Amino acid sequence: MRNDAPPAPCPTLPLRFPPPLGGVAGTCFKPSHLTAILAGAPQRGFFEVHAENYMGAGGPPHHQLEAIRRDHPLSIHGVCMSIGGPQPLDREHLARFRKLVARYQPSLVSEHLAWSTHDTTFFNDLLPLPYTAATLARVCDHIDEVQSAIRRPILLENPSTYVAFHESTMSETDFIRAIVRRTGCGLLLDVNNVFVSAINHGFSPQDYLADFPLAAVGEIHLAGHAVQADDEGEPLLIDSHDGPVAYDVWALFANVIARNGPVPTLIEWDSNIPDWPVLQAEAAAAQTILDDHAPDCSQEVRDAAA
Amino acid sequence: MSAKKTVTTLALAGAVTTALASLAMAGPLTKEQVDAAMAAKKEKCFGVSLKGQNDCAAGPGTTCQGTSTVDYQGNAWKFVAGGTCTSIDVPGGKKGSLKPI
Amino acid sequence: MLQPEQASGYAAQFAAALLTPDGATPVAVTAPGAKAAGRRFDVYRNNVTVSLIESLIAIYPAVQRITGPDFFRAMARAHVRETPPTSPLLFDYGRDFPCFIGRYEHAEAMPFLPDVARIERAWLDAYHAADAVPLDGAALAAVPPERLPGLRFAAHPAARIVRSDFAAATIFSANRSDAPVPRIDGSVPEDALITRPAFDVAVRHLPPGGAVFATLLITQHPLGAAAEAAFEAAPDFDLATNIAGLIEAGAFTDIGFEDS
Repeated sequence: MRNDAPPAPCPTLPLRFPPPLGGVAGTCFKPSHLTAILAGAPQRGFFEVHAENYMGAGGPPHHQLEAIRRDHPLSIHGVCMSIGGPQPLDREHLARFRKLVARYQPSLVSEHLAWSTHDTTFFNDLLPLPYTAATLARVCDHIDEVQSAIRRPILLENPSTYVAFHESTMSETDFIRAIVRRTGCGLLLDVNNVFVSAINHGFSPQDYLADFPLAAVGEIHLAGHAVQADDEGEPLLIDSHDGPVAYDVWALFANVIARNGPVPTLIEWDSNIPDWPVLQAEAAAAQTILDDHAPDCSQEVRDAAA
Repeated sequence: MSAKKTVTTLALAGAVTTALASLAMAGPLTKEQVDAAMAAKKEKCFGVSLKGQNDCAAGPGTTCQGTSTVDYQGNAWKFVAGGTCTSIDVPGGKKGSLKPI
Repeated sequence: MLQPEQASGYAAQFAAALLTPDGATPVAVTAPGAKAAGRRFDVYRNNVTVSLIESLIAIYPAVQRITGPDFFRAMARAHVRETPPTSPLLFDYGRDFPCFIGRYEHAEAMPFLPDVARIERAWLDAYHAADAVPLDGAALAAVPPERLPGLRFAAHPAARIVRSDFAAATIFSANRSDAPVPRIDGSVPEDALITRPAFDVAVRHLPPGGAVFATLLITQHPLGAAAEAAFEAAPDFDLATNIAGLIEAGAFTDIGFEDS
């Protein structure tokens, strides 16, 4: 599998154009796994990190990320840009984001359809927004601003939500489709978020996916969720990323891949983080589904192996 | 008026020479030197009290997930002396006995 | 003129309600079939509060071990509500927490706790500080003696000093791991030097006069003046030990002169 890995970047001349990933499964990078990752055999997967955790001036975080980036494709996932908020983007934060993307030349760059800062308070959660003409215009302005700052398109992630807004006039899929059309951004389809929101709001996840602009999807997220209850005692799913991917989510994922072909797919596991082999096994399961639907250009590989 | 001590150039030069000599040897922090300094009542001179531990204390990260931990946000909690504060003595302190409200 | 206000209403309503547990659910939100949205909105309240409490736990693990987790969560929750973060860089959060602990009435029995927190905050600052090659002591050998009084040191970006009227450094190091904590006389004043010459943060006790000396050198005061102030603060100040100790700890990156 070594041949699938990108060439190691020269530290002074990073890859200007990082390699496209194709149908590869990856995992979130947790520093506690670094020793196990570096000790293991070279592998095919990519790693994703939250941009904000690597915005310090120096120290072990950058040292670790450089070690990961040397041998693996990288995805930089912004969590705090507050693209869905009513106020202007934080220019200082945008500059930090731009610098990070320039430094690490990731294969994928993504952000969220959500907000997390209001006035000067940062809430450290992905908060929802109403879907209206006014919010659409602002979200598109914000995405334009991010994309011009980093000089490449981003992938925008669909949210998991627990409430809806009276003032919403569009469906989430219509809203997202309009964003793609106006900004040229790609999409990060979080299948667990689709399932969590579907249960929480009582819609069919299959219908949502049928209406989702799959052609724009450049990455998929899979994660575990937790089950709690709403005011009526009905199930309320929490997008908790603290366990294995649920069966229903695997089924939806397989269906998306069958319809749309393989795309880079990430296993998110951010709380109760397991040992590295457990996370690896989860990624291997995603890889199996991706490989089942790989375009049939593997004939040469099989010939070569024979 | 406090007698301000003037540190002469000679004294500085001597101290720098001694410092460089101790750095040139395996550094000033050999156990013997620390012990000698402790014995001379120069307590804990540059003793390293903690080094490393980067993995287990790397600070917080951002979240893009919800939490399944439910924080009971009411104010009806009471304090429990669950920590190591009971082994730390301070004059006038209550040896860490924490009062419920 | 209604348009901007309507568009911004959702964030303002959330922001006003997220950190007030007893407040009303924002009128902007709803649930399918016009169901009640209270517990649904509480998910966001819970996510915000728990994630920020956990950020403080990650920055202040020794403080948590000293107080125990229940006490810490209560104290952290009060701080999160009073002073939520203003930056998305969470490793920068909690700078006001040591002062908050100092005026948190339930922590009065632990007067050393704010200083232990200050060391933990300095530890994380050192961890994320810019990388820099520490000063090679040999550079000092080339300085002519008559220029030594005017010699200045460039501080390493990671170098920090925390002074305490309590045994904050000993308490910190005893509680920063899972090892059993011995009986500690908390009343011995200790000054701590925090450095990160390469990738490992190190915390050291400073000898008498050392904190005055190191603080002046780190803030670009000349060697002669720093030494005089240190002797004034502690008559048994050992100049050679302190120069060697600061260089060995990696507190500096370079030297220069007063008049340059």
